[in-house]
Formats: sequence, C-alpha cells, structure tokens
Amino acid sequence: MDIPLIEFQDVTKRFGDRTVLDRVNLKIYEGEVTTIIGLSGGGKSVLLKHIIGLLKPDEGTILFRGKPLNGMSKKERYAALGRMSYMFQDNALFDSMTVYENIALPLQETMNLKKKEIERRVMARIEQTELIDAVHKYPSELSGGMQKRVALARALVIDPQIVLFDEPTSGQDPVRKNAILSMIAQYQRKFGFTAVLVSHEIPDVYFISNRILALYDRTIVFQGTVEELEDFEHPFKDEVIRSLEGLQEELTGLRSKRQFKVLYHANLKRSALGESYTVLVFTLEALDAVITALGYDAAQKTIHYMGLFIDKHFAPIGGFSTRISFNEFVTMLPYSDRAEAEAIVKDFIPDLQEGIRQIQEGTRRKATSGECIEFVVHAGLAQGNPLEEIDSVIESAKRQQKEIGRLQCATQE
Amino acid sequence: MAMRPDIQESSEEKAGWNAIRLLSWPFAQLGRSVISWINNSGAAAIFLLLAALKIFRPRQLMKITQQIYYIGARSTMIIMLVGLFTGMVLGLQSYHALVQVGAEGALGTLVALSLIRELGPVLTAIMITARAGSAITAQIGIERISEQIDALDTMHIDPLRYLISPRIAAAIISFPVLTALFDLIGILGSYISGVLIMGANAGTFFHRVQSSVEMSDVNEGFIKAIVFAVIVSTVCCYQGYFAHMRPDSHGAKAVGLSTTSAVVLSCVLILVSDYVVTSLLI
Repeated sequence: MDIPLIEFQDVTKRFGDRTVLDRVNLKIYEGEVTTIIGLSGGGKSVLLKHIIGLLKPDEGTILFRGKPLNGMSKKERYAALGRMSYMFQDNALFDSMTVYENIALPLQETMNLKKKEIERRVMARIEQTELIDAVHKYPSELSGGMQKRVALARALVIDPQIVLFDEPTSGQDPVRKNAILSMIAQYQRKFGFTAVLVSHEIPDVYFISNRILALYDRTIVFQGTVEELEDFEHPFKDEVIRSLEGLQEELTGLRSKRQFKVLYHANLKRSALGESYTVLVFTLEALDAVITALGYDAAQKTIHYMGLFIDKHFAPIGGFSTRISFNEFVTMLPYSDRAEAEAIVKDFIPDLQEGIRQIQEGTRRKATSGECIEFVVHAGLAQGNPLEEIDSVIESAKRQQKEIGRLQCATQE
Repeated sequence: MAMRPDIQESSEEKAGWNAIRLLSWPFAQLGRSVISWINNSGAAAIFLLLAALKIFRPRQLMKITQQIYYIGARSTMIIMLVGLFTGMVLGLQSYHALVQVGAEGALGTLVALSLIRELGPVLTAIMITARAGSAITAQIGIERISEQIDALDTMHIDPLRYLISPRIAAAIISFPVLTALFDLIGILGSYISGVLIMGANAGTFFHRVQSSVEMSDVNEGFIKAIVFAVIVSTVCCYQGYFAHMRPDSHGAKAVGLSTTSAVVLSCVLILVSDYVVTSLLI
C-alpha cells in the first residue's frame, strides 16, 4: 500500500494526570475521506489538533508522508502543513468581521493575491455554499447552519490539500446535517483534497467515508472500510456504534441498517423453508444536478421525502426499508413473491410521481437561468429465499434496476 | 501497649510539622507570588519582544492605522474632557494657593509644568487604559476562549503579528499625541478657571507658560507617554492572550478577571514607572 499521508506512531497525550490518547497508531491516506468515530469527550478533537499542530504529543511520532513532523525544519513544516485547513467544532469565526471578511482573511494574510483575485475566489466559495444573502452580515446574525457554511467556505477558500473537520454537523437538524456531509463529499470529489472528519453521526458519515477509524478507550481500535467495520467484533461496536446508531435513520425515518438486518433475520426464522421474499432497491439518480440547481438542502430534502414515500407505501403491507448508501434504498417485502412485488411497484409509481412533484414544490426556491431540473428514480427487484445471503439478493436487485420515475423538466419561477 | 509511645511520637511529630507549616505559610505564599510574578514578567517581556519584532512585517500598515483609530482617535473626546476639567481644577486650586502668598503670577508656570511633566502623561495613560486597554483585553480574551486565535494558527497567520504587534505600534503612536492634546486642553482649562473665572492676568499667565516650559520638559512628557504606551499595550494584550491559562477561572469569567487584572496592573505600573522615569530624568 502507498505511504500514508499522515501516520501516528504510539502517540500519547496527557493533560495533567489525565491520559487522553494512549499509544495511538493510525494511518490516513491521500485523497480519501477518513472519519474518526467515537464517543463524545473521547479525545477525537485532541487527535485532530495533533494533526494540524495545535497540540504536540507527549510521546510518540507523527509522520507526514513518512517523515517525522518534529524532525522537520520550519520551511519543510510549512510546506507540509501550509495547505491544511481546519474547520472547528464551534466554527471559530471572527465575530467582529463580516462573512466576506472571514472567508477572505486567509487569502489576504497568507497569499500575495490582488484584491480582484481575492474577491473572485471568495465570491465563488460564497456562491457554492449558498451564502450570497449573508455576505455583509456578521456571524452573530446568522443561524447555526449558516455559520457552519461560512466556516466550511473559509476552510476551502485556500484550495487546501488536507481539510480537517471537527464535528462539522454538530447541532444541526437531520436535513442540514446530511446537506453539510454531502457538501463535504462533493467538494472532496471535486477538488480531490484529503478529508479527515471527526464525527459521531452514525450512520450518516458512513455514506461519505472511504475509511473509518474507531477511537475507543483512548486508543484506535479499528482502521478500515465501512464494510470491514460491519464484521468487526469488539466492545466498541456494542458500546459506541450501537448506542449512536439508534433504530431509525434521522434523515429518512427508515430503519437503520442494523435494525433492517435484525428484522430480516427475524422474518427468515418465521418463514418456512421454500418460502420466498422480495427485495426492492431504489436509486435516486442525478442528485448532483439537484444540488447544482437547488442546493444541498434541497437534495437532502429529496432523500428525506423519498424515505417517507417508501415507508408510507410499503410499511402498511409489511415491508421494511433502510438506506444503504447516499442515494440507495432497500425495501424487503417478506410475504411477497416477484409477481406480487411487481404489482406493488406498479401502484407505487403514480404515488412516487406525485411525491416527486411535492418534493419539487417543497424544495423549489431559486431560479437558475430557467434551466431544466430533473432527477430520476430507478428501481430493481429480486426474489430471495431463506438460504440466500441478503447482500447477494440486493446485488441481484441492483442489476435489474430500471427507470420508474422522472421529474420532467420542472420549470423554475 | 508497645505501640503507644510510637503513636504519641508520630502525633507529636505531626503537630510539629503542622505548626511549621502554619508559621511558614505566609512565606510560602510570598515565595509563590514572587516566583509567579517573575515568571509572568519574563513571559510578558518575551511576548513584547516577539510582537515588537513583527511590527515591521508586510501588511501591517493598514492594521496599525485601524488600531490608531480605535486606541487613539476614538479616545480623543474623553481625553479632551478629562484634560479640560483637570486643567480647570488645577487652575482653581493653584490660584487659591498662590494668591495666599501673593504669587498668583506663577499660575502659568505651575499648571504648565505640572501638566506637561506629570499629569498629562499619567492621566492620559490611565484614561486610555480604562477606555481602550480594557477593550483590548476583553476582545483578545474572547478571541482566545472562542478558539479564534487557534483558528489563526491553523490558517498559518501568526497571532502575534496579526493581533498584538499592530496594537503595540498604535499605542506607541497614540499615547504621545493624546498626551500633547491633554496638555494643551489642560492649559486651556487652567486659563478658563484661573484667568477668566478667578481673574488672574492673561498676559502673565501665557508669558509664564511660554517662558517656563523648556523642550526637555516636553521630551520628558513624551518619554513617559511612550513608556506607558509600551506598558499598557503589553499588559492588556498579554492578559487577554493568555486568559485561557488563568489558574483561578475559565471561560467568560477568566476574560472578566483578565480585564480587571489588566486595568489594575496597568494603572499600578503606570504610577511605578512614572516614579522610575522621573527619577532617571530629573
């Protein structure tokens, strides 16, 4: 594997008699979204502050591209950390400065740019983070969500190579929370920076993370992908993940993935051998276009409403659903075979078309040159039997997906 | 039974130690305070030195100008008001004292020298401490506890260069200018009370002012103003910058206590340094 961008080797940090990090070993790779999860007060923010150099370890070494940070000259250190941004948990915006001044500050103070160029870059970030109406306002005049977006815009304005996010979604409602996460994910894809998030928003962060680091009892107990975390057996999983995950996903109101699997197994036990069930997979396509035209909140509201429609339609007939990725939903119909399921989906389509119109009504708010906004819903179904693994049935359903609904070029007012 | 003498011995020992501790407690406290004071003085000196070296870095001019506006220009009215009434009281009291010995002609000399050499620099420094110094400590303290200073660090903006150096430079420029204004308005106040109200001779008053004040007196006033500027700006910035490290409190309370400490310490140091500078220059 490649040399990690950042590596901790036996890093220990104490505050007085209290050990916060104890022989922490971790690796963060370039171009990935890495999320550090753990309970509140567990040392996640302290860990993040070591990466950017706000705190220094009492013991152990931090390596940057394989080179110890403490052995670097000032120039080397600046080259390593100079393009690193940090988004604070409480935003740390300068309250005596306007939104524009806050975002422009790192450009004005650390780069030799002309005023026009600074203005161009700042306004570009302000537009991307939907802050046009707040340009001349002070942080105290903004809502919590808007303050977060200002902090995000300020973190991204220098086109950083590494961005550290300290609980970027804390104190936000589910729609806004997921809007911020999706904003981070989209920017990460667009600009290719390495993102390190500290969060306890499970499972929301799973949808955007390439790797998960689990901080438990002052040390890192797990490093790997979301899929690998599923198979990880450790007290961390019971004490932390299960307590944070809950039974329902906040955004969609659907079952959590874990709860979905529990129900799935419970239904299998009740089923007689030879009885079949059907799995439906729905995918919301072209969400990026919704984000571009209507914003991140609108995209998250779309996901939220999609969850509501699926639950409203399938729960009364015994179905249960979950969200498996950023834009994919799975519904299990335990008592239906393929033919019955196809008939149910046929009923669902007109319902969904109406739902999409409602979504569009609910999220419509800004005109962007009257361009055509459309998004598409794909659905696929597959029949399974009690001997089959749920994951393979879901894969089979995904392969059979076809378009079942489309928002036809909604006109903007 | 064999244990009893040991127990008695150890309790006696304990009582002895307690008595020693009790007697030495004031000295221990004094020692701790002196060590802490030396520590803080050293830290403040390094803080001042580092900040002063960064005054001449690029992009500082605009920030210094802004701080001159906040520390200097916005203190003008209060300095004029205090200067006017200080001068009026001084004129009134001096006239009453001088008239008893038939020396009311020396009114101009007395008020001019008192204001230019002592009252002008000291009262100006105290007024700026109360108005701008407390605001500097509170602002920097809040920026510290709300992680705004950490945010500067993460953006690779040197907080000393960005926050402290412009304030120290602005204080060094503003204090002498405001002192001169205070002196001028103070002399005018003395003229109002001594000449216009009490009836001293105007010609004698201005002649004495002009003839008794030498350039060395004006220089002394300006030297004091610069010394006070360095003291006030360093103490106020230092207290705010390290508000989060106070051992006695945290958060908003720490900012409040730091502001109080900054004002009290600045005022005490103004008076102490006034004596030291006067004794060196006289």
